[in-house]
Amino acid sequence: MTTYFGDVAALARKDLRLELRARDTLPAMALFVLATLVVFHFALPGDASDDAAYGLLWVALVFTALLGLTRAWVPEGESGALDGLVLAPSDRSAIWLAKTLATLAFLFVAELVALPAFALFFAGLDAVALLGVALASIGICAVGSMVSAMAAAARGREVLLPLLFLPLVIPLVVGGVGSSISPEPGTYLGFLGLYDVVFAILSWAAFEYVVTE
Amino acid sequence: MGDAAVVRAGFLEKRYGTKTVLRDVTFALARGGTLVVTGPNGVGKTTLLRMLVGLAAPTRGSLDVAFERGRIGFLGHEPLVYRDLTALENLDLFGRLYRVAERRERIGMLLERFGLWDARGERVASLSRGMTQRLALCRTLLHDPDLLVLDEPHSALDADGAALLDGELVTLAGRRTLVVATHDPARLAPIQSAHLALERA
Repeated sequence: MTTYFGDVAALARKDLRLELRARDTLPAMALFVLATLVVFHFALPGDASDDAAYGLLWVALVFTALLGLTRAWVPEGESGALDGLVLAPSDRSAIWLAKTLATLAFLFVAELVALPAFALFFAGLDAVALLGVALASIGICAVGSMVSAMAAAARGREVLLPLLFLPLVIPLVVGGVGSSISPEPGTYLGFLGLYDVVFAILSWAAFEYVVTE
Repeated sequence: MGDAAVVRAGFLEKRYGTKTVLRDVTFALARGGTLVVTGPNGVGKTTLLRMLVGLAAPTRGSLDVAFERGRIGFLGHEPLVYRDLTALENLDLFGRLYRVAERRERIGMLLERFGLWDARGERVASLSRGMTQRLALCRTLLHDPDLLVLDEPHSALDADGAALLDGELVTLAGRRTLVVATHDPARLAPIQSAHLALERA
């Protein structure tokens, strides 16, 4: 088990190191989410409710995550590095878990930009709503890392990824919005937690079959 | 050779959609043997090698490889490394994943042997094609594999690099099982124990 998590840590460190060098993903995600919120600020009528604004926040977060996921497996595809990882004797699910953690780190950084901007333009988020964002982000990255690996191996990956990803994260949007606006957010938070557990286990178990023929 | 075979293929076939890439490929390779695979471009050499290491599955036929995943070294057309990591960082990562004992010493020895020590801190993206091929060879040999599957290993190497590789293969021949696809079989004649000439399916 120590070896497994050691592999995960080494692979996740590699992703963070690559991003620090190339700066391909994080600046794009941060600028995108900021620009989207600015556009929403001017697009939403002045008398619109906060509930509508929370809905738009989730639109911005999901598409920001999609932007990061589009690039998630690019380093692995450039020189056949994914084949190198797949051939190694380590557990292949470690590749998925490391990619999920790295993508989650990028999304959290983008949210550090997005949430203060949202509070500035629209309304603040309380601790419960922030917990909803965190739980939904985990689910987004768990499922997203899996489907982006599937899309990366296919032709037309730019089209395939949104087609696979967006239907799968609709429950997370429902749970995220619900936890932000419902007077009883506990149910939504529980739903988000359950989604995270179920889809993390499914992705963890199925990843081997995604990267092997 | 039959009973002691550690790699055995029977009527192997590979199709991608309606296109048949390989058909009725049969061979057996004994432990310590060297199989040289030849054939014109597009005949399925790379596909065969990818099946041997488990990166592709046969459509039909049988394929038995008596080595675990971690005991196989594969050199493909691509270097199978990260372009934005340095040579040293790549070998350290793969050394960890392959559970290489005394990783730093092994990496240092390979970098020295393949003339990459001075370039160890450079990103792969900035290395020449030949230097990248040398790094790919280091990655392939890093865990001292029992079965080496090499796809045109001399490609992109200069005369010094090719001679270095020849010497390495001579050292490994007999001690390790080798499968090498090449367009220059004369180069491997001294170590060849079996030959598979592929023809168009």
